[in-house]
Formats: sequence, C-alpha cells, structure tokens
Amino acid sequence: MRAFREHTGVVAPLNRSDLDTDQIIPKQFLKRIERTGYGEFLFYDWRYAGDGKPRPEFVLNQPAYSGASILVAGKNFGCGSSREHAAWALNDYGFRVVIAPSFADIFATNARNNGLLLIALPERQIATLLDRAQQSEGYTLHVSLLDKTVRDNKDFSAEFEIDDFRRTCLLEGLDEIGLTLKHESEIAAYESRLVSRGW
Amino acid sequence: MLSKTLFQKLWEQHVVHQDADGRTLLYIDLHLVHEVTSPQAFEGLRLAGLRVRRPDLAVATIDHNVPTTPNRNLISDPIAAQQIETLRRNCQEFGIRLFDIGSAEQGIVHVIGPELGLTQPGMTIVCGDSHTSTHGAFGALAFGIGTSEVEHVLASQCLWQKKPKTMQIVVDGKLPLGATAKDVALGIIGRIGTDGATGHVIEYRGAAIRSLSMEGRMTVCNMSIEAGARAGMIAPDETTFQYVRGRRFAPRDFDKAVEHWQTLRSDDDARFDSTVRLHADELEPYVTWGTNPGMVAPISGRVPDPNAAASEGERAATARALEYMNLKPGTAIAEIPVDRVFIGSCTNARIEDLRATAELVRGYHVHPRVHAMIVPGSQQVKRAAESEGLDRIFRAAGFEWRESGCSMCLGMNPDILQPGERCASTSNRNFEGRQGRGGRTHLVSPPMAAGAAIAGHFIDVRKWKYKEAQSA
Repeated sequence: MRAFREHTGVVAPLNRSDLDTDQIIPKQFLKRIERTGYGEFLFYDWRYAGDGKPRPEFVLNQPAYSGASILVAGKNFGCGSSREHAAWALNDYGFRVVIAPSFADIFATNARNNGLLLIALPERQIATLLDRAQQSEGYTLHVSLLDKTVRDNKDFSAEFEIDDFRRTCLLEGLDEIGLTLKHESEIAAYESRLVSRGW
Repeated sequence: MLSKTLFQKLWEQHVVHQDADGRTLLYIDLHLVHEVTSPQAFEGLRLAGLRVRRPDLAVATIDHNVPTTPNRNLISDPIAAQQIETLRRNCQEFGIRLFDIGSAEQGIVHVIGPELGLTQPGMTIVCGDSHTSTHGAFGALAFGIGTSEVEHVLASQCLWQKKPKTMQIVVDGKLPLGATAKDVALGIIGRIGTDGATGHVIEYRGAAIRSLSMEGRMTVCNMSIEAGARAGMIAPDETTFQYVRGRRFAPRDFDKAVEHWQTLRSDDDARFDSTVRLHADELEPYVTWGTNPGMVAPISGRVPDPNAAASEGERAATARALEYMNLKPGTAIAEIPVDRVFIGSCTNARIEDLRATAELVRGYHVHPRVHAMIVPGSQQVKRAAESEGLDRIFRAAGFEWRESGCSMCLGMNPDILQPGERCASTSNRNFEGRQGRGGRTHLVSPPMAAGAAIAGHFIDVRKWKYKEAQSA
C-alpha cells in the first residue's frame, strides 16, 4: 500500500451529502479486472454530459480546481455499494485526501486499504473549507498525518482523529495481509476448535 | 454472568486474536464470491504468491453481469465477458466451487446462499457486496467488504475488525394490511436516515419481526446497509430452523446444530448502544420519491416541499432530488406515473415475492404504456415459480419473465433504464443513475410494483380488487 505522511494540495469543494459510490464510479466501469485506470471515470455522470462532453458547471471541470488532490464534501460520503473501485477512482484521479463530516463504513475501510486518507471534521469546519475553496482560486490545504492536523495558509487549523494502528499502517504503507499471516498459528488453532463443533 | 447481545455472542465466538487496542482478527465461516469484486483480489494473491487458505469455505456465482434473456451465455459486452471468464479461471485455479451461468443453482449470491443452506445461524459471512447484510436474517454476522478485504479473506480466512456499536430496532405489534417486509425496511430508513445506523450492527426485534417469514426477514436485513449499518440481524428461531432443515448444505447433525443455534439470542437484560422503537401500526405501503432510500413517503402521502425542510442542507438535498426525479412538491404519490416496472433483486426476488406479485396481477394486464419485467432471484426460484404456474400468470398479464440475476437493480447487464424513464422497482437503491443514466427509480414492495405496472401509476395496494383464481 502507498504510504501517506504529509500532503499539500488544491481543494475541490463538492457540497453534497450522502454522496454514494454509484456517483463516485458508475456501474458500467466495474467490469474491468484491473485495479487502475478508473480516474477518467470518476464522478462520470456529473462530469460528462450524455454525449460525453465535459459539463462546465461541475467542479472538477473548472480550471480553478484542475490538479485538485484534496476533496471536501458533505456527510455520509461513500454510502451505498461496497465497490472498492470508488477508492481506486479517487486515487487514480489524483486525490490523496477526502475531508467530510462523516463517511460510510465500507468505503472508509476501502479507502484506508488504498492509502487514501479520510478526515472527519465537524460540519462547521467543513462549511468553512467549502466556503474558502469556492471563494479563493487555488485554495490549498496542508494535511499532516504525523501531527494529525489540517491547515490552510490563513487561520484554518483543525486536528483530526485516527486510530493508532491505521495511522501506523498509512505512515509506513504496511500491507495488512502480511501482518495477518503472522497470526497463522492462532488461525490454525481456531480452526481446530471449529472442527470440534461437529455438525 | 454478564448478559450479552446476539451480536456480542457471535463476535466472541469468532475471535482469533485481539490486540491491546481492541482491534480484532475475526474468523470468517463463509465467503461468497462474485465476478465483479473478486478479479483484483485473485490477481493480488497471484502477485504475492499466496494460496486460498480455505477454498472449501468460499462459494462463487455469476450474477451481476449475466444477461436475463434466454441465451445467457452470449455476453455481448466483451469486457463483461472477460470478467466472467476471469472468475471461472480463478475458481478453477484456486479450487473454489462455482455455480456458473449454466448451473441449476445459479442466482443472485444473496438468494442462493440461503436457499442452498450455506447460510446458517451463528456464522460470520462476508462477500464483496454491500447487501451481504441479507444473511443476518438467519442470526449470522454478515457484512459487505471491499476487494482488498476479499483478498485478505481468501489469503487468511480472517478479517481485522473494530467492534461496532449495537442498535436494536424493535417493531412491536402486527403488520397492517398492505405493509410488507419491504415497507418495514423503508419505514425504518425513512425514520433514521441513510446514515442512522452507521458504525452499528442492528438487531431487529419485536413481534412484527418475529412474525415475518425467512424471506421477509431477509428483505429487512438486506436493507440494513441503506441505513448505513455494518450489518443487520435477527435471532434464529423455529422459523429459521425449519427453513434451513433439509437444504443441500445444511448441517448433517442438524439437531446438534439447532441445540447451539438456540443459544444465539440476546439475553433478556442485554444492553444496546441505542434503541429505535416503532409500532407496526405506524407502517404503510411506501414509495421513495427521491435519490436515496431515506427519501420516502407513504402511498397516501405527497411529494415534500423543499421549503418545509428542517435545515438548509436538507432543503438543498430535497430540491436537488426533486429536480433529478422531475417531481413537483405537493404531488400525490398515487398520481406519479411509471414507464417501467422491475420486480427482482436480492431484496425482493424470492418465491414469496413472486407469489404476492402473481396474486395481485392475476386477471389483470400491464398498462399499455408500461414495460414490466420480472427477474427471479435464482434458477431455483424460477423453477419453483414455474412449477406453481406463476410464470403463466405473469406472461398472461403482459410481464416479461426473465432468467435470474441482479439485472436492473444496478444495470451492469443490458437491463437498464433509458434517460428520463421512471421505474417502480423492488430493488434497494434509488441513487441517481443507478438503474441507468438519467433513470428515475422509485423503491417499492413487489405488490406495489405490480399494482403500478397495471395501473400505470402508483396505487394503494390496500384498496386493490384481487381477482380469484378460476377453477380449472
């Protein structure tokens, strides 16, 4: 997994709540068997009109947000389908961080397993970030997983929570399967107890 | 002794290892696999030189991409065909049982698990699919996972989990006429919202839940994810045991299994982190009007006015949803016309759903403007329906009778809505574009969908004039 320590990037504001994974990556792009190459399909139905032309009103099509790598959105981000393609698409497009008031459970796990940092902040702070990203061109945030903070170059500063294990995995880009297989003897012991159930 | 919830019991019975910070390695008893969320996981194993630890605990089927038209092996989309072929190759290489397209047991993964007796009380069950919560109806801890986790389970038969919170949703009383298990689910989500149960495992309790058949319980648990829950579950009882008994993969020493299963219930004074209580009398047949399952109104209700919303956020979300759905505030739900009807999906494509549908449509015909389609959840459901003559009732009424699969629930196969088409659907998600770009989805129960197909607009099933079967 790709490690995450610190990141500075342009913020794209997407002021919508309950943003589901069907919107992040529509189903017609789930047929591929690779993990990469989904960035061009991110938010497809919002980004492109029926004829395939970019919709100028959509945030990612506006020059001010080109190259954005931090997404700020409304509550319950990533609800719906378990498709990990949503996390792959955000990564592949170039997003390193998503900041929202809350995230859906399965999406949150998928993001973590792909080195995409999710930061939950209170609604009030999200409103500030959305506002600033909409008002000032090239609005930039600095995110540090080392000291668990989000800052802009004015007066915005927030601390976020993340559990220690997840933080360590992200900081070091650790592969969870490798860690789990170190518990082989415990897994085998559990399985032998399972057999004794006998039905 | 400390009293425990059903969830706590299942959790404790599956702990392989627990870290000091509470992170727990849980053992997984059953891993269901399908073509869409597994190819990258198998590829990951190959790249790391890993084997599948317990191929005997994994079962695969092909459901998302399959056409539902008669010649199902003709996959016109080459990318979909490759994905299906990839699952076949992976199952062969890693020794996993596959219920392929030609199999008499093929079907939607959440329909075939229970009907084959693979799904059993007390199990931990995962699948790379959010509607894995369905299997909680048996008193199993069942939840959807992403592809990295699919790979993790294939490699280790375990998953790292942080203990979720517990929520009990108690539905007292008796379901009123016309309110089905689907309406229980929609009624709950309408109340607590699409993130009302985030971070929680729900246990559904109360007389109205107890009185549901296994199929009804599956419908309720299926929609747990639409309230944001990690999982939903119902304690197993005699209804559960009777359902599992005699199925192909049911325990050989069934009585011994039942003895254990009977212990799988929340203790009387067990404590939950939160409680939602409602009376079945409050439930009605529901229709969603918006773009998430929490945007729902009773059939007797009206499309809401964004300006009446409690907050600016809700006002904006409502206005946006109504614009997408092309609905005006104040419109009576029963006046909304439909173009398409889809009866199917892991939520509502089991035999009881089809029986309820047949009962309503008998002697009627689909409205000339409406294109209506019934997609059974599995080949077994299809055969059962045909042996009861339900397919003849559907065909006579002008419904298309299809082969089994996920179909228009998410439109990964050719079954999709055209832009602007409005659909009464028994599926689980009314997200923008879910059933096809620009398509407008209204979630309803199977009888409500059938009624809309015939009338050409939503109707109140409580007032439906059922026609008797003519004696032969």
